[in-house]
Amino acid sequence: MILDLAEWRMSIDSSFLPIISLLPFLGALVPGLMIRAGRTACATFTALPTFLALVMLLILAPGVMRGEVYTAEIAWLPQLGLSASFFLDGLGLLFAVMILGVGLLITLYARFYLSKDDPMGQFYTYLLLFQGAMLGIVLSDNILLLLVFWELTSLSSFLLIGYWKHLPEGRQGARMALAVTGAGGLAMIGGMLILGNIVGSYNLTDILAAGDQIKASDWYVPALILILLGAFTKSAQFPFHFWLPHAMAAPTPVSAYLHSATMVKAGVFLMARMWPALAGTEIWFYLVATVGLITMVLGAVIALFKDDLKALLAFSTVSHLGLLTMLLGFGTKAAAIAAVFHIINHLTFKAALFMTAGIVDHEAHTRDIKRLGGLARLMPVTATIGTVAALSMAGIPLFNGFISKEMMLEEASHTYWFQNPWIVPALATLGALFSVAYSLRFIFHVFGGPVRDDYPHHPHDPPFGMYAAPALLAVLVVVIGIAPFLAEPVVKMAANAVTGAETKPYLKIWHGINPALFMSVGAILGGAVLLALHRPLDRAWIAAPRPEAKVIFDGLVATVVRWTRGISEALHNGAISRYLAYFVTATVIVGFAAYQGGALGAPTREMLPVPIPVFFGWLLLIIATATVVILHRQRFLALVVIGVVGLMVSAGFVYLSAPDLALTQISVETVTIMLLLLALHFLPKETPAESTGLRIGSDAVVAVAAGLAVGLLAFAFMMRDFDSISAYHLANSYKGGGGTNVVNVILVDFRGYDTYGEIIVLGIAGLAIFALMEALLSGPAGARLRNSSYDLDRSRDRHPLMMVVVTRLMLPIAIMVGVYIFLRGHNQPGGGFVAGLVVSIALLMQYMASGFAWTTRRQKIKYHTLIGLGVLVAGLTGAGAWLAGRPFLTSAFGYVHLEPIEEFELATAALFDLGVFLCVLGAVMLMLYSLSRMARHAGETVNKEPMGYDPSRAVESLRKKAE
Amino acid sequence: MIEYALIFALTCFGAGLLFNLWRIVRGPGRADRILALDTMVINVIALLVLFGISKGTAVYFEASMLVAMVGFVSTVAYCRFILRGDIIE
Repeated sequence: MILDLAEWRMSIDSSFLPIISLLPFLGALVPGLMIRAGRTACATFTALPTFLALVMLLILAPGVMRGEVYTAEIAWLPQLGLSASFFLDGLGLLFAVMILGVGLLITLYARFYLSKDDPMGQFYTYLLLFQGAMLGIVLSDNILLLLVFWELTSLSSFLLIGYWKHLPEGRQGARMALAVTGAGGLAMIGGMLILGNIVGSYNLTDILAAGDQIKASDWYVPALILILLGAFTKSAQFPFHFWLPHAMAAPTPVSAYLHSATMVKAGVFLMARMWPALAGTEIWFYLVATVGLITMVLGAVIALFKDDLKALLAFSTVSHLGLLTMLLGFGTKAAAIAAVFHIINHLTFKAALFMTAGIVDHEAHTRDIKRLGGLARLMPVTATIGTVAALSMAGIPLFNGFISKEMMLEEASHTYWFQNPWIVPALATLGALFSVAYSLRFIFHVFGGPVRDDYPHHPHDPPFGMYAAPALLAVLVVVIGIAPFLAEPVVKMAANAVTGAETKPYLKIWHGINPALFMSVGAILGGAVLLALHRPLDRAWIAAPRPEAKVIFDGLVATVVRWTRGISEALHNGAISRYLAYFVTATVIVGFAAYQGGALGAPTREMLPVPIPVFFGWLLLIIATATVVILHRQRFLALVVIGVVGLMVSAGFVYLSAPDLALTQISVETVTIMLLLLALHFLPKETPAESTGLRIGSDAVVAVAAGLAVGLLAFAFMMRDFDSISAYHLANSYKGGGGTNVVNVILVDFRGYDTYGEIIVLGIAGLAIFALMEALLSGPAGARLRNSSYDLDRSRDRHPLMMVVVTRLMLPIAIMVGVYIFLRGHNQPGGGFVAGLVVSIALLMQYMASGFAWTTRRQKIKYHTLIGLGVLVAGLTGAGAWLAGRPFLTSAFGYVHLEPIEEFELATAALFDLGVFLCVLGAVMLMLYSLSRMARHAGETVNKEPMGYDPSRAVESLRKKAE
Repeated sequence: MIEYALIFALTCFGAGLLFNLWRIVRGPGRADRILALDTMVINVIALLVLFGISKGTAVYFEASMLVAMVGFVSTVAYCRFILRGDIIE
């Protein structure tokens, strides 16, 4: 056997991909626990999964640099075209390294930034969740999977932005970010689905290869617009840019992470990713490049007039994202190269700047530029880092921002916008000019100038741990700025992946004397002039009226809320009778429409003769139903008459040869009556008359129509032969499930999964009633209960002797019957459900006869425990199938012959049924127990003795006397 | 002969059910109504047994036993309700 080493390597490497994207999610579980071991341990264990993922990624990096593409696919829901498939190419690698690398730096920075009062475990958990979601986006090979991760970034960034829950700005900013990016995500889902439909595959690699087919499709424009909506909202492009500055309420590490390397770059990433499939058309150019251009200029202008350091950086981020969007919008290879390079550069200087702003805020206790100045002398290290990064942002030569800005201006200088040769270059220069101005303002107004004596807190340089991360980034800024060729292979790799073709990036500082150089020089000079004129300009800006995005947004949200509330309140006004009327009327109309469709054939069956008992049963049912309607205001009487209906329905089940149903029905009836009586004790005994005659009339029409419709439907069915699944069940019950009682086999075997779910729901219902009662009794209702009196004209014989004796006699019989019904359930009428009801009735009799206290004292196992045991037994039985290598809840059965008993069957289904039995018993008893606790709470005393008057006591006392 | 006896008995118990219902609807007392409902359970048991005889099967007999075992519990509950108000004290 020859082992193909290269292939083996490839498969091992590919299997890294799912692990890499899972690592942050797994790691997210850890910080919450590790915080108990201290803050440094917590940060270390946050860095660990990030670091591991980064190492694995770097192992794959040489292959990707050579041009290989790693893929890994795990089928998830193949029917929907959704698979957990990942792929790694140049673009993905670039972004993944940025996400993980900056993630590490942020982890370090946050360790020192967060104060002792901040819950650090939570922070790191959110951070890792977000990191995992971002990694998922850049590594997904399936656009549906990408959408899942896309939504996850919206959700986890919501948690991060709102991390300081006590700040209203934080909460509002988080909500705004979620609303805007979530809405965009929704649009993107539509776009992606259209895209998948055009191509016939949801795999990104297929979609990227089918660019021509997509652009030729009629659905290209809607898909493009929807996807761009997603990208623009995420990347804060005009007019969706407003959420980003409000997200600045987050702690600075979050801002540095989200707004330099990750969240907002997701939109840019998506546009770059989809570039081969969507770019290159006119509409792409006009939409993307125009929006990018507007955003770039607008963001830069606003940034100059922001006094909050982080707001300045936020708008500068908006502006730079606009720049990237514009470059991608140009649709040329050179522009794509410039975009990729600027992504790297922006990451380095912007993350460093955010961290610097955080340090300034941390040290001086203010971020207001107007209150700062002269920090260069007080915190020289921070000032150096900040200055280097800001000069790069301004695009000054020898810093990396200069080179990519030159490339941008070069591309802009020969771009025509509707045959207009100068508008794009002019606006690009204007944007660059303002960019220079706000960057210089950041340097001179914060670090320059004389030292002041009115800082809220006297600043000095922070510990090394805090400035290590921005310092590293500043070093990168300078290294790339001086020796740009070092970045060439990375840019080439990513640009190849974006364009899907071979690119030859040639990065250098001196491009010769060309239009871009003049534009750049103009921008720098103009920027310096603007800064000099900042004071009067600022006054004019403050005086000028301008739209406030938050007010508009809040107004918009309020309007939408008003509309939707209007609609939902009209439909959903809290009156259940109205909902029922709507629902029933709609159902009848739909049913009538279906009948009008005429699919109903001629009847194929004869009418059956009516036996005498059936006739009487029918008559009783009709009369009793009518009586309930007439008597329903007298609640106790209505309950008695309902008893008649229940009895007749049970008898009807017996007649229609469903004895187990009948038994279940009559048991349920009994338990229900007891529940209602327990509740009725605390309720008014009469219903007040409130409805008008008109209302009663219209309700009557609805009710009669619905009743007639159901009756006619049943009649129509019974008059015809039809196929149902019953035949299959009848045929397979014994063969497949080993039981002749088809109902039971369906419950515990064929549809065991449903039953398992149902008993869990039943158990939850029992526990919920208990919990609700608990809350009710400790609240104001409990106080009212304690103060109300129930001094009715009551019998003094609380626990009558005869009743006590009879129920005691009945107990073993009833329990034996329960056991019998349970055991034979698989083959004959019965089963765990009915048995549970029968046994609970036997126990309830004891409660009624001897009282709550006496019975509860004899209870060994709590009802909560019974419910839990039931679910556990059923679940373990189901899981037992795994041991045999079969799916969950596969049943097995066999026949055993033990002398002197006859041969009997052992089925795992019986064990499952035991779980059902326990759960039903526990839930029913817990419900009644909870309700009857109300009376104890109302101040009623309890009886410790089994019966009111115990004759044996009298005998004993006589005997004592005789002695 | 048994057929005629069955028809006669079924009709009688059926009529008995109707009379029970009359009492339940008319009252006058609450005890009358509860008593009528309890009698109704007994009549239904009788009907089940008779129907089983007419069909010649024992399944209905067993069903009637179970109805008898469970059927009286709600009567007890109704009675406790009017006697004491609270059925589980």
